[in-house]
Amino acid sequence: MAEELQAPSEAKCVVIGAGIVGNSIVWHLARLGWTDIVQVDKGPLPNPGGSTGHASNFIFPTDHSKEITQLTLESMRQYKEMGVFTECGGIEVARTEERMQELHRRMQSATSFDIDGTAMLSPAECKEKVPYLDDEVILGGFWTPSVGVVDSLRAGTIMREKAQEMNALTSLPNTEVMDIEVTDGHVSAVVTDRGTINTEYVVIACGCWSPRIAEMAGAAIPLTPAVHQMKDIGPVPFFADAKGDIEWPIIRDMDTFMYERQHGTGLEIGSYAHRAILYEAGEIPSNEQAALSPTEMPFTQEDFDLQDEHAMELMPDIVGDETIGEKYACNGLLSLTPDGAPILGETPEVKGLWSAAAVWIKEGPGVGKSIAEWMVLGESEIDLHGADISRFYEHHKTRQHITARTGEGFIKTYGIIHPGEQWTSNRDVRLSPYYEQEKALGGVFYEAVGWERPFWYESNAPLVEKFGDAVMPRTAEWDARWWSPIINAEHLQMRETAGMIDLTPFAIFDIVGPGALNVVQTCAVRQMDVAIGKVIYTPVLTPRGGFRSDLTIMRLGANHFRVVTGGAHGMSDRKWFADHLPADGTAQLQDLTSSMTTLGVWGPNARAIVQSLTTADMSHEGFPFGSCRVIEMGSLRVLASRISYVGELGWELYLPMEQGAKLWNMVYEAGQSHGLIPVGVGVYGTGGRLEKGYRAYGAELDAEYNIVEAGMALKKVKDADFVGKEAFLQQREEEPMALMCTLSVTDHHSASGEKRYMLGMEPILTTDGAPIADKHGRRSFVTSAGSAPSLGKHLLMAYLPPEHAVEGIELLVEYLGERYPVVVDRVGATPLFDPTNERILS
Amino acid sequence: MDICVCIKRYPSLGSAIMLTDDGMAIDTDKLGFTLSPHEECAVEAAVQLKEEHGGTVTLISMGPEGVEEQIREQFAIGADRAIWIRSDSTDIDPQAAAKAIGDAIEADETAFDLILLGSESADNANAQTGVRLAHRLGRPVATAIKGMTIADGVATCERAVGTMREVYRVRLPAVVTVKDGLNIPRYPSVPGRIKARKKPIDEVAADLDGARIQLKGLPAPIRESKGAQALGAGDEAADALVDVMKQIGVLS
Repeated sequence: MAEELQAPSEAKCVVIGAGIVGNSIVWHLARLGWTDIVQVDKGPLPNPGGSTGHASNFIFPTDHSKEITQLTLESMRQYKEMGVFTECGGIEVARTEERMQELHRRMQSATSFDIDGTAMLSPAECKEKVPYLDDEVILGGFWTPSVGVVDSLRAGTIMREKAQEMNALTSLPNTEVMDIEVTDGHVSAVVTDRGTINTEYVVIACGCWSPRIAEMAGAAIPLTPAVHQMKDIGPVPFFADAKGDIEWPIIRDMDTFMYERQHGTGLEIGSYAHRAILYEAGEIPSNEQAALSPTEMPFTQEDFDLQDEHAMELMPDIVGDETIGEKYACNGLLSLTPDGAPILGETPEVKGLWSAAAVWIKEGPGVGKSIAEWMVLGESEIDLHGADISRFYEHHKTRQHITARTGEGFIKTYGIIHPGEQWTSNRDVRLSPYYEQEKALGGVFYEAVGWERPFWYESNAPLVEKFGDAVMPRTAEWDARWWSPIINAEHLQMRETAGMIDLTPFAIFDIVGPGALNVVQTCAVRQMDVAIGKVIYTPVLTPRGGFRSDLTIMRLGANHFRVVTGGAHGMSDRKWFADHLPADGTAQLQDLTSSMTTLGVWGPNARAIVQSLTTADMSHEGFPFGSCRVIEMGSLRVLASRISYVGELGWELYLPMEQGAKLWNMVYEAGQSHGLIPVGVGVYGTGGRLEKGYRAYGAELDAEYNIVEAGMALKKVKDADFVGKEAFLQQREEEPMALMCTLSVTDHHSASGEKRYMLGMEPILTTDGAPIADKHGRRSFVTSAGSAPSLGKHLLMAYLPPEHAVEGIELLVEYLGERYPVVVDRVGATPLFDPTNERILS
Repeated sequence: MDICVCIKRYPSLGSAIMLTDDGMAIDTDKLGFTLSPHEECAVEAAVQLKEEHGGTVTLISMGPEGVEEQIREQFAIGADRAIWIRSDSTDIDPQAAAKAIGDAIEADETAFDLILLGSESADNANAQTGVRLAHRLGRPVATAIKGMTIADGVATCERAVGTMREVYRVRLPAVVTVKDGLNIPRYPSVPGRIKARKKPIDEVAADLDGARIQLKGLPAPIRESKGAQALGAGDEAADALVDVMKQIGVLS
């Protein structure tokens, strides 16, 4: 008799979630030509009760992450196109000197990422724009005219309805997902209380419920629901004539981690300052159980007591008015991740199962477009490697890690995060076999994807005196935070004698089997059909010819290749290779990350040290550069690979994890008569690399730039097919729009006379102070910065358009509100230090 | 004029009510708490009377630790101090509650001119405590009041009865139970909140002797199935519609 809505039995794709993200995805999938899309949400439309429904909906475009800024700018573009964006401007105000410096840094990022019209304001100028501010409590503000407020529920409805009008979408509100079925590692069906939907693709866009839904398929989306508190007060007499939702600039009171925005005749006060209040996805009440909505938890006033006072200090005339009451307050739930980045992409556990979670309103439509492009075209226009779900290692997915890091990270939402800042919670998760020795040597440990690794060694402190001013000491606290002159002393000593470096965090995986050569040929740009015992450094490209990764591959046998890549991107590299394994099983991937350790030995004396421990021929002729083979070192069999990331003669020594400590002791003792010192990653990752002009993935190399622009094209392209080849061949025919350059700072003195040292991401300007953009509109900014002690310079890497990519040309870099002269020292990849590579090839 | 207002917190519920595993209480794990609208009006009335006549507003609340949240909330709109009668539950037999509140009022230094309550609690709705409290204190009581003025030591109280209204004149000190609609309670302001944090709460132990009603258990209400049902479109729906009308007894 009654007709309950039934789910279709077949779909191309099921999108779970009808918040801003789910609605954006269904629209962009439809726009790119997919049909038979089904959208499921357990709540009603248009507000199913998730975080979108209680979002503050304002957007500040500037972020220190390029990826997040690009997603935000793309989202703003779409919101404007839909007519749901109201521009009102916004000011981030500072109450402390340290925050003023941070606001200058935000100015830098705004210039680097092409956000126009931003300016630093005096307290009086802030008050001029927002008269209800008390300008006595602030030192200044960072003004962004393009800040605005969106109607995210309306935007979601518009996008959903557009997909429906194209007959591409069936939307099922009030429909609960009971299970997700997986067949042979591939998602196959979504079971709902309205029936089972067989499908090829499933997207989890369920915000803070996502972990619970992913678990149904055996996948992990490591995020936690967390509380963000807000209250609305009103009616405010000052806003009595307000006609619109938003007419006054939004204020972010950065030092108190709060914001205040006019909302019609009211004022909304929000906070990220309170204690981290975390829930589990399974704990969130249902729509029926919740008094308001599931993600509007009861307000806990005691957590907001201090915030009340802070708000009253900043806006005494409004917040301090006893006649203005609190109309609404809630503990709104949102999603937090252990590293603060969204969780996007196909899950590594289940093919066809995608995550689009931990996304803010400001990124929603941009994420929807990017996920849809990634699913339909294999690649998104915006490089999403920072948000890629496959970045997580196993320990990252544990509840304890998520709780620890989100608890620590919550307060950083408006915090001042130094580029080198380390996490303090949940450390000592992955310890290298050299850990005890490193600790005994005073290793100062930084974390790399769970690994503890010395950034420098206190035992090398006496070298600072030895090298004197050549260590380029830094006096400004910000420049010297998370840094030590010992790093540069280690650098100079390594170039004089030798250094040993712990490289355990490498991700290592073997590709084996008759189909192995084809797999590595497909993934790698460089020729992989090489003699056994060759080590090849190669870029890995996206289909459109941007950088997907760069890594080294050793050929250990006819059907045996070993891929070695940085720990940070190791798991997404592993997924990329795994995704290119043949379906017939003729090639397999074996992950050796946790079974192999790597110790690097480099420097003029490296050969003497290693040779003293082996009977193998380690001479230049007997063990040429770019080769690898197993050698015996005492009772250990070690795979030695002669390559270098620091510009010195030496080897990476690979061996089973449990034998590492023995190797360390052997090398350390043998090295004593050769001046060997332990060297931290500060040298390996920055100084050693920058002097040699080596590019790093995630800094110089990302999907936005190509091999030609990076200056890494070789004369010939291999015959074999590889991902991105067609694009790469075309790039070689075209004039590059930008070229990777190495610049140095010619005068470090700030206005106060103190010498300042840039840390990265600063905009490069013309001598007139104008931002520089290439013909694609990509701004020039510092991709990496650091000391080059052997050159006595502070080096900056940056892409410059051809008219500025001229050696000897003078430009400016903006750093914390001041401009410093720089000169282009090198265009292209030829190293500034030892340009003919004599040291490496000695 | 010194006024005392009795307040009782109860969970702010969604449409589906969850019970604890033993079925003896509402599972308040994910719920917030609030006051009934009657009591919010009682506090507002007390604060207005204080603003008009001067004096103090004292809150009395019974229950476990969490009741402080609602006490501070009402401090924020203008109450001055509170007496917290500590008990394990807010679910207390009205006779025992009236006795405990009466004891606390008699023991207090302030001689209250007026004691206000909500006409009935939002959860149990016994409508007993006010009357029993008045009896315990030997004071006159007016109940379910929707209008009140005070002059010359007399409270003039109005109560709606059908289309008429009854007017009572009650000499102070007295007990008055009020209903939602008496006034429009104000929202707490931020400065009110800040002041509320420093206002004093005196804790007294509850003597609940004489409790004669005991809770044996709570049944969860049966929930309606979600949403409306479409019976069909056009002529086709006619038969189904007739069936439903017969079911609900409008057709025989």
